[in-house]
Amino acid sequence: MDNQENIAVKTNKLTRKFGDFIATDELTLEVKKGEIFGFLGANGAGKTTAMRMLCGLLKPSSGEATVAGFDVYKQAEKIKKNIGYMSQKFSLYEDLKVKENIELYGGIYGLSRKEIKEKTKHIIDDLNMKSVENKLVAEIPLGWKQKLAFSVAQIHDPKIIFLDEPTGGVDPLTRRQFWNGIYASADRGLTIFVTTHYMDEAEYCNRVSIMVDGKVKALGTPRALKDEYKVGSMDDVFTELARGTSTK
Amino acid sequence: MLKGLILKEFRHIMRDPRTLLILFGMPLLQLLLFGFALSTEIKDAPIAVLDQSKDAQSYALQSKLFSSGYFKLEQKLINAKQIEKSFETGKVKMALVIPPQFGYQLNHGKHVQVQLIVDASDINTGITLRNYAENIIRDYQNQENPTERPFMQIVPKIRMIFNPGLASVYSFVPGVSALVLILISSMLTSVTIAREKELGTMEVISISPLKKHHIVIGKVIPYLGLSLLNAIIIIIVGVWVFDMPMKGNIFILLLECLLYVLVALALGVLISIRANTQQEAMFTSLLSMMLPTLLLSGFLFPVESMPWVLQQISKIIPATYFIEVIKSIMIKGGGFELVWKPTLVLAFMAFVLISISIKSLKTRID
Amino acid sequence: MAAIEVHQISKSFGETKAVKDMSFNVNDGELFGLIGPDGAGKTTLIKILVTLQKPDSGSAKVDGQDVVSGYHHIRNIIGYMPGKFALYQDLSIEENMSFFADIFGTKIEEQMELMGDIYKQIEPFKKRKAGQLSGGMKQKLALCCALIHKPKILVLDEPTTGVDAVSRREFWDMLSHIKKQGISILVSTPYMDEAARCDRIALVQEGSIIALDTPKGIIKDFAHPIFGIKGDNNYHLIEELKNMPGLRSLYPSGEYAHLVMDDKNQSSEEIKNYAAAKTHQKIEIEPIEADIEDCFIEMMQHG
Repeated sequence: MDNQENIAVKTNKLTRKFGDFIATDELTLEVKKGEIFGFLGANGAGKTTAMRMLCGLLKPSSGEATVAGFDVYKQAEKIKKNIGYMSQKFSLYEDLKVKENIELYGGIYGLSRKEIKEKTKHIIDDLNMKSVENKLVAEIPLGWKQKLAFSVAQIHDPKIIFLDEPTGGVDPLTRRQFWNGIYASADRGLTIFVTTHYMDEAEYCNRVSIMVDGKVKALGTPRALKDEYKVGSMDDVFTELARGTSTK
Repeated sequence: MLKGLILKEFRHIMRDPRTLLILFGMPLLQLLLFGFALSTEIKDAPIAVLDQSKDAQSYALQSKLFSSGYFKLEQKLINAKQIEKSFETGKVKMALVIPPQFGYQLNHGKHVQVQLIVDASDINTGITLRNYAENIIRDYQNQENPTERPFMQIVPKIRMIFNPGLASVYSFVPGVSALVLILISSMLTSVTIAREKELGTMEVISISPLKKHHIVIGKVIPYLGLSLLNAIIIIIVGVWVFDMPMKGNIFILLLECLLYVLVALALGVLISIRANTQQEAMFTSLLSMMLPTLLLSGFLFPVESMPWVLQQISKIIPATYFIEVIKSIMIKGGGFELVWKPTLVLAFMAFVLISISIKSLKTRID
Repeated sequence: MAAIEVHQISKSFGETKAVKDMSFNVNDGELFGLIGPDGAGKTTLIKILVTLQKPDSGSAKVDGQDVVSGYHHIRNIIGYMPGKFALYQDLSIEENMSFFADIFGTKIEEQMELMGDIYKQIEPFKKRKAGQLSGGMKQKLALCCALIHKPKILVLDEPTTGVDAVSRREFWDMLSHIKKQGISILVSTPYMDEAARCDRIALVQEGSIIALDTPKGIIKDFAHPIFGIKGDNNYHLIEELKNMPGLRSLYPSGEYAHLVMDDKNQSSEEIKNYAAAKTHQKIEIEPIEADIEDCFIEMMQHG
């Protein structure tokens, strides 16, 4: 058993109901520190609900969960300070400049003026965005936006970062560059919790879980899951598990 | 094809409580809000007095005024310059000016003029105050000189300030009706078309075999019915709650409402061509309809006293004609012989605007 | 006759050139894929072809009719499914369908042969409002609505975006089925793995077509040796190998990173030896066949 220090996310029978509908049904999993954890599932399988509970945005109906060591029931505010969140659609303000977006998020997370200045410079240098720092986010290419959003989501040095379909619609090269960035962050000890519809991306993860109808149906390394289902790719594993439920 | 469009539109309306609320809640709310402002009970209205004679008679007049219960003395004035000031602070609703030698003149059987200056920004209160004060003065005079005289000895000279046009329920009901109908009708069409743009269904409709006039008419007809229903509610509230007279023919009135609403709906379609989101459509409708209707239609300010340029602008505002029509029909009891001119203008506007909206509806972008 | 002929189409919005001089044909009865990332110009081109927008220059014919002058004919014979499923969220499945049937001057019952199989899957929920359907069901409903007037040509703009892998697979099965009934299909997608489901594809990037062929043809044209390589930690492995002589590109791709070399005669042994000198990782390496993404990346980097 790992000691608590090394656990970033831990849930035990975490459940959320909406009326009669059980969106997330007894979710039990552990994500280790520095791990890239792929959170997969068909549309409507309960991923979003689970993710919102873990981010402290939604109260669970029952069960337990800690994120970065904090309880999702009582310490939602502490959780929010220790996690980063990025989705392709909502992370950046299109009508603000690149620099202004960074400064805005720095401010939101309560960084000091000096820290914001340093971070802004650091991010812009790191991403090679000096030439566009004063452009509106709406004007820069999608791939750049994504990298920027990823950096901005880490501005407050969170312990865990939640990525909700971060790579939808980008070209394959940018997508890989983006994953390289994810690897680099994980290498520095950041825990990555990611959802995706690209099954090849599932293979990049250290471990994945596959949710079907609110329940985790499979959990393990991509290699182990492929061996277990005796198939060649995560795509096949996914299809094997999710088929039959999505056709209804 | 048109039937399907209209059926679909009705389904949207019936399933969206928000639309229904805007549709029927807003006019009622607006009317009642105005109505509330219109019907205030008067008690202890604060007034100022400038007594320039300070004799027994002037005191007697004042004490009669204050013992009525309608007025209370807020401020004693020393000179005429203070009158304006006392109104500006808003503390005083009316000022009474008693001239020098009031008692002397009265006792010598001469005419004497007292001045009543009334704050008419709240018109209903203003008029009521004036009437009360006039009655009390008349009472006082009868009491002093019980022998009947053929003429009034004390002549109240009345000045209504802040609202010289004396807009009253006679102008508020037609004005609010004109405002509410044009706002709601234009908003409804522009918002529903913008919603289809947001959903992406506008694209599918655009490339369907539907013609542009189908699309416009399919949007206009459902809301025409609803807006007409709205007009009826407004008229009923106006007549029952606010004692607006209804002297003319109700069918002619409804026909006029129909024309006016048609103009508004066509304007809504035109707005939606520019607006890409529901929000944009809502704000554009509000801004472009509300201010001109409120300020330039003769609703709040008499057109005759406007500068020439604004007078010309008021001539292209549909509400100008609609207000004229309502007043003629409801208050004067006129029929077509009285309203054919503004009716023609409205009909012309409706025709032109609908034609333009059909023409400018884009089913493809260059 | 080709179902769709695109001849040197260009379209700009202000400074942005959305479509630059694109040309291709979609043959009769073909399932043609327009494949590329967001912002590549797919949607603009599709809007021109379905007569929602006019091109700045160039010409295009759909079913033999010019998209500018013959738009009336085209609107009668195409089925179009826009990027966001264009459905009325507050209307039920049934009501949505009867509305679209009505505006195209037909009835649901008359069109069952074409969309019957798809409709059967959503029929049990026909009273449910579109807003309450899952992504996969919305997709099916939108497809039914696009097929309702039995179009000759079906144009779909990113029908699988944001939909899970299983629903995507099912959707492509449906398209194959529709194709069998003689309908020509033009479909755009950002998912490169869907390329294999098309008869022919155009890879698009920044408004231009960078490759046009059958999926197999495009892969066959990949002229460099490509290997799958795996270590204990692929991220470290990539970092350690990125300066290897003769390396064309190296990037993560699923379980194995893909490694492309310049030299046609490159052997995996040589790479293994180089890597062994550079790293202590346990390395697996083997030659593999390129996929569409490898081709796309190659063209983006060296094209």
